[in-house]
Amino acid sequence: MIYLQLLWSFFQIGLFSIGGGYATMPLIQHQVVDLHGWLTMTQFSDIITISQMTPGPIALNSATFVGIQVAGIPGALVATLGCVIPSCIIVTTLAYVYYRYKGLTMVQGVLSGLRPAVVAMIASSGVSLLLLAFYSTSGVPADWAAIDWRAVLVFAAAFFILRRWKSDPIWVMAGCGLAGVVLYSIG
Amino acid sequence: MNNKMNKYRTLFLSALQLSTFTFGGGVVIIPLMRKKFVEKLHWIDEQEMMDYTAIAQSSPGAIAVNAAILVGYRVAGIAGALIAVLGTVLPPLVILSVISFFYAAFRANQIVSMAMAGMAAGVAAVICDVVFTMGAGVLRQRRVLPVLVMAGAFAATCFFGVNVVVIILVCGVIGALDTIRLERRERRKEGA
Repeated sequence: MIYLQLLWSFFQIGLFSIGGGYATMPLIQHQVVDLHGWLTMTQFSDIITISQMTPGPIALNSATFVGIQVAGIPGALVATLGCVIPSCIIVTTLAYVYYRYKGLTMVQGVLSGLRPAVVAMIASSGVSLLLLAFYSTSGVPADWAAIDWRAVLVFAAAFFILRRWKSDPIWVMAGCGLAGVVLYSIG
Repeated sequence: MNNKMNKYRTLFLSALQLSTFTFGGGVVIIPLMRKKFVEKLHWIDEQEMMDYTAIAQSSPGAIAVNAAILVGYRVAGIAGALIAVLGTVLPPLVILSVISFFYAAFRANQIVSMAMAGMAAGVAAVICDVVFTMGAGVLRQRRVLPVLVMAGAFAATCFFGVNVVVIILVCGVIGALDTIRLERRERRKEGA
């Protein structure tokens, strides 16, 4: 019955995590550490670290990690499934509603109010990511002078390439990974 | 039929590729998706991409999964949504399965952590690039209200840590009120 428990736990994580990213963390901790004891707190902080270093949303990463620890590969599959079921139902419904009523003036008005807000929210997470890259903290840095100049260099080069040639972000990021290896090996 | 299968395949492979390169989660997927589906494949337009971002952020679940569902649904209905989700879910599933077996060695590897540090700066650059592009679109409307909404929403998330859902609700209401106001003005003009 461990499979049903995994499915149900991650279904709840999928259902109640709004806004994505680090907003999901306390929910995962509650289900996985406090409620079921599937992971210790140390293992939980490991999974956060892994999530930062690997692709994919944190909820899906922890679903796979916890699933494997608890019940092997089938556990990972079941936990991942549980995690995406709420999205599949809710967002598909919203997509239907969006295309059905998109033409209405009122819906257009609401959406046009949202667009500048979307840009603002992306900008805000850009600021956190910049701080994380330059100071290894997503909050206000303790010492503004302790900036990682190599990260600044990589950022500036990548930004220039993206603006100037409209390059594919995937290749730019792969290049940044390579630049990181080269720059950090030198110093 | 062949055409449809091709579309499914492109959708699946695109989702797979995007998910594989989305480090850090959250809205990082948005600029990558925009490049792929708006600029390269022309499957969706710029405005739809912004609407998707708002819907994906304010719905439950991972933003990457939600955005994949929206794009998949637009391109090929329910089947498209499921295919896009499958493509999005597979990379973390495979990568995390491998890593959870080799975690200790992975964490200790210096080359890996150097590459990760470089990529962190790259992710920031990608996000800044999309903010410039999308922000220019808002400024081009030459209206004061959207600019005020943009500045207000930025201050709210960045400095005051206001919940994303609250911001989306408030801005939706502002958009609705603005529409009512504009329509009234139109009607008055017609009446005069």
